[in-house]
Parts: sequence; structure tokens; C-alpha cells
Amino acid sequence: MSTLTAFLAMGGYAAFVWPAYGVAAAVLGGLTAHSWRRYRASRRALTAIEQ
Amino acid sequence: MRYKGTLGGGGFLKAMLSRFANPARFMRASAAALPWCAGFSAAAIAVGVVLALFVAPADYQQGEAVRIMYVHVPAAWLALSVYLFVAAASAVALVWRHPLAEIAARAAAPIGAAFTFVCLTSGSLWGRPMWGTWWVWDARLTSVLVLFFLYLGYIALVNAFDNPDRGGRAGSVLALVGVVNLPIIKFSVDWWNTLHQPASVLRLGGPTIATSMLVPLLVMAAGFYGLFATLLFLRMRTAVNEKKAMALRLNGAALRPARTSTGGRDTSVPAAGR
Repeated sequence: MSTLTAFLAMGGYAAFVWPAYGVAAAVLGGLTAHSWRRYRASRRALTAIEQ
Repeated sequence: MRYKGTLGGGGFLKAMLSRFANPARFMRASAAALPWCAGFSAAAIAVGVVLALFVAPADYQQGEAVRIMYVHVPAAWLALSVYLFVAAASAVALVWRHPLAEIAARAAAPIGAAFTFVCLTSGSLWGRPMWGTWWVWDARLTSVLVLFFLYLGYIALVNAFDNPDRGGRAGSVLALVGVVNLPIIKFSVDWWNTLHQPASVLRLGGPTIATSMLVPLLVMAAGFYGLFATLLFLRMRTAVNEKKAMALRLNGAALRPARTSTGGRDTSVPAAGR
């Protein structure tokens, strides 16, 4: 338990390390999700027209 | 058009370009490559995060805060590389009117903007504990901020015209002019007195960073490059699908029997995606 607390504390830099990873995950994950949704919508629209 | 037998010099480049100018061929190749790119990217980023957070040592000066580096530095590399890609694709679009080149540039720009944003925010979060400030208007930070605005300007410009060809050309010119900024970013830490430290990986004489930190950095960078390829293919495929749907819709509207005598429309719409 104390090792987990120590890990999360990041040697006192938790307030900087975790937001840095969080922003990267949110921005890159969000872009991936958005791109994937648009791709699926484009495929659906195309198959709807093609038949 | 085939360029067989003329593969010397410019002939080779033309042959390569015309090979990939065919959207049908691109759609087949990218469909095959996409799962591999996505899988590689996910695996490399997962391993990279584990290495960065659990395996890599704390810095003797910066302590655990150095772990921000494994996000910040690969994001910065991607910010520059993607811009170079956008500019190169724009040049091909301007010179050869290559149909996929502009699609590639448009698809890549938001990805580059995202990496630049990650680079700026992680750098700010790293600067606060290490330099004592979130932001400073020194040459490196300012030139990267300019890069971010170049991406945003490009995205706004290509979408600002009713005629997509004009928007594409204006955006291509902006992307090419903005290339001037790349060497300024790269060498800003050498040319000016910056708070930002100079390069410790991509430098003459080899890296000065410890191997235990270099390996996680390179794994993470490989994952980020894989993510760029994945998103690029995904977004390019989306654009080709949308163009094809648009062309089919216009053709269908034109082929439908006209209700009035003035209902005739121009059917010579270029059928993208064929």
C-alpha cells in the first residue's frame, strides 16, 4: 500500500507528472475516437448510397 | 498513365507518385496496413508507458519529474515530423496536382496540432517545477507556439473556401511558407540563450542521455509514430469515402429524370475515389 502511495506521489511531483500523462491520453485518445467515429460514419454513408 | 521504361531520375519519382495516385490502390493498401499500424502503436505505447513510469530511473537532479520527458520529447518530435509531412504533401499537391497528396496534408494537420498541443502542455507542466515558471517567451517555446498556430491556420484556411481546390492551394502555400519555422525550432536552443535545454538525443556526436532513459524514450516515440500512421490512414480513408459519396450523390442527382425542362446539371463531376 505504501509503495502505491509512494508511486502515486511521484516524489512530490504528482501534480505535474499525472496531468502531463492525462492531457496526452485525453488529447490523443480523443482524436483517435473522433477519427474512428467519422470513419465509420463515412463508410455507412457510402454503403447507403452505393446500393 | 504508366511510366514503364522511363524509370531514370524524375521518371522514377513520377512512377512512384502515379502508383499511389490511384485512390482504389490506396484504399486496398491502407486497409491492409491499418490493423498492423494500430496494433503496433497500441503495443509500443503500452510498453513505453510501463517503461517510463516503472522501469526508467528517477533523474539525479529532477527526481521523478523527469518522467514527463517520455511524453514531452516524443510529442515534440511528432509535432515537427508531422509538419514536415504536411509541407511535403502540400508541395506534391501544388506541383503534380496529386489527388491523394492534398487529402494526406489535410488529414495530417489536426494530428500534428494535437501532438504540438501535448508538447506545449507537458512542457509547461515540466517547466513549472524545474524552471519555476509555466511559460517563458524564449526562442524555443515561442517558435513551437508559432508551429501550433501554423497548424491551426492551415486547418482554418483549407476549410475557409467554398471551392475546396482553392482552399487546398491556399493551405498548401501556407504550409510551405511555414517550413521556415522548422529549423528555427530545431536550432533555437543553439542560436539563442534559451531557458530550454539543448538537444540530448538528436545531436552531432550522438546522444548524451543515459541508455536507461533513451530506450523508454525511443519506444514511446515509435508508438507515437505508429499512432500518426494509424490516424493518418484512418482520416485519409474517411476523406476518400466522403469524396466518393459526394460524387455519387451529385451523379445520382444529375441522372435522375429532370422534373422541369431546366433541371439539367453538369454531370462532369470528377469521381473521386475511383
